[in-house]
Amino acid sequence: MSSSDPTAATVRSPRRALGWGFFLSELGVLFRRRRTQAMLGALAAVPILIAVAIRVTGGDGRGPAFLDRISQNGLFVGMTALVVSIPLFLPLTVGVVAGDSVAGEASTGTLRYLLVSPVGRIRLLVVKFASAVVFCLAATLTVSLAGILAGAVLFPIGPVTLLSGNTVDVGEALLRALLISVYVALGLVGLAAIGLFISTLTDAPVGAMAATVVVAILSQVLGQLSQTELLHPFLPSYHWLDFADLLRQPIDWSSFAGNAWLQLAYVAIFGTLSYARFATKDVLS
Amino acid sequence: MTAAPAAIQTSGLTKRFGRQTVVDGVDLDVPAGAVFGFLGPNGSGKTTTIRMLLGLANATAGEITVLGERMPGTLGTVLPDVGALIEGPGFYPFLSGAANLARLDAADGWAPRATRRTRVAEALDRVGLTQAGGKKVRAYSLGMKQRLGIANALLMPRQLIVLDEPTNGLDPQGTREVRGLIRSLASTGTTVFVSSHLLAEIEQMCTHIGVMRGGRLVAQGTIDELRAAGQATLHLTVAAPDARLAVRTLAPLGIVVTTAAAPEAQAAEVAPEAAGDTALAAPFPDGLPPEHVVAALVGAGVRVRGVAVDRPSLEDSFVALTGEGFDVVQ
Ligand SMILES: Nc1ncnc2c1ncn2[C@@H]1O[C@H](COP(=O)(O)OP(=O)(O)O)[C@@H](O)[C@H]1O
Ligand SMILES: [Mg+2]
Repeated sequence: MSSSDPTAATVRSPRRALGWGFFLSELGVLFRRRRTQAMLGALAAVPILIAVAIRVTGGDGRGPAFLDRISQNGLFVGMTALVVSIPLFLPLTVGVVAGDSVAGEASTGTLRYLLVSPVGRIRLLVVKFASAVVFCLAATLTVSLAGILAGAVLFPIGPVTLLSGNTVDVGEALLRALLISVYVALGLVGLAAIGLFISTLTDAPVGAMAATVVVAILSQVLGQLSQTELLHPFLPSYHWLDFADLLRQPIDWSSFAGNAWLQLAYVAIFGTLSYARFATKDVLS
Repeated sequence: MTAAPAAIQTSGLTKRFGRQTVVDGVDLDVPAGAVFGFLGPNGSGKTTTIRMLLGLANATAGEITVLGERMPGTLGTVLPDVGALIEGPGFYPFLSGAANLARLDAADGWAPRATRRTRVAEALDRVGLTQAGGKKVRAYSLGMKQRLGIANALLMPRQLIVLDEPTNGLDPQGTREVRGLIRSLASTGTTVFVSSHLLAEIEQMCTHIGVMRGGRLVAQGTIDELRAAGQATLHLTVAAPDARLAVRTLAPLGIVVTTAAAPEAQAAEVAPEAAGDTALAAPFPDGLPPEHVVAALVGAGVRVRGVAVDRPSLEDSFVALTGEGFDVVQ
């Protein structure tokens, strides 16, 4: 048949692309979208509000970890903001992005067009998940960077005294801040996989987003109940706040590794479930 | 184009949703190069059939071959040759028309990136959206979105284009343009499979037609076959006193006058002394040259004032096949 249509043969790529182009396009659609920009803006506002509040009030009183250190060293603004954002703001934005991933395409009617374009169903899932992971990193980096900038503007910046008592210079401290952002983003990857799976279950993106956020909150609630202690190490939020180990010298990588394995397990389980659900699903949206 | 495989073939294609059978044993045969009109009232199973053809929905039973390949096993190699508009356009409202096309093009692993800009611009041009290409789809009218949907089907050279109700939401001008577009696609050898619930919209451009009713394919063939399938009617106007003679003359030719159009003349029981003309109508046998009929009548001394042989319009056949009133079949 293709021999009867020479133009098609000459115009087509000789090989099927791997999907990097589609991945880039997906990132473009995600980050050019107002909603994504608004969420990142809101995340950036967290450290800025913290920094301004402390600047205005002098930073006395009780508050989250690192809060008391901010007025001496602006580098702590980002870390404080991450601690503040971990329970709700970050999971909320990840829930929106991951919950929207497939259900959002279904609701705009673009899912059927992507599939007949054709992008294979597995490729679509992989690209959706990968861009949700990129968003996790973008979200935590946004908080950190906005925090560092706000801290630098409003407070003195200097060498940081680590939890182990050692002092590191500003460059090293910035690297640690970057590392912590990666750690927190990594902790959200399992949630992104859960959101992707929920997103394959429905054509209603808002429902999928809400359900994903509920999962994140439930996980944290269960993590606080002593009655569910046996469950704790398996909850996706188990390692969320354990990044203190990255503020020691030498760095203690055990919680980083624990976090990575736990999240990998969630990705494996919910990736498989997403595939099982989506690979043969009737797309009737 | 010798012995090109059929563009679409299905056998016993069936889809059930729960206990409702929505597509029921459909045997489609769309020859390569055809413009195939897929007709049927709303809810007759057209879109569901198309979803199965394109691998979006799984068939409950039956087999599908598209461009000579068994589906859905070979989706990845067949679909690049297929452009489609399925159940209306679907686009990101927050992206421009051009950005939407680029996005869907990026999803096609076979579409070369180097030519993307040009191909998007050409596709927009073909549907008359060059001016609006930079506008957000949010600001598009339904007709503009429909055009953009058609542009998406044209991003790459295709062997088969499937258009599900492409004229929905278009003004008469837009409908004409879509028809022109389909004709120009067909002239390059592309097979076009176009669904509609309005026969009139697609009749003029189709070479083949399939008619769906309640999930079943109730008729399929070339447009001439379907036209010929309807019974032709002889309409005869004669001087009123000659009506009875006319009926007697026609009988040996196999023409049985069943109706007289004039209300005062009941079939053959025509009052011979009535003045003026009498109109007679009779089913007209296939293959009989109308001029023989006229010769016989004139030979018998009938004063023939008018004669016509009507083929039923395709519209009439379509309504007869799908049922009057276009009730949505449950
Ligand atoms: N997702 C679905 N679940 C259940 N029934 C459906 C679904 N989609 C369509 N139907 C039913 O299938 C029938 C055919 O629909 P469709 O193929 O869209 O018809 P058409 O395109 O000819 O208007 C309708 O009776 C419709 O109610
Ligand atoms: Mg339809």
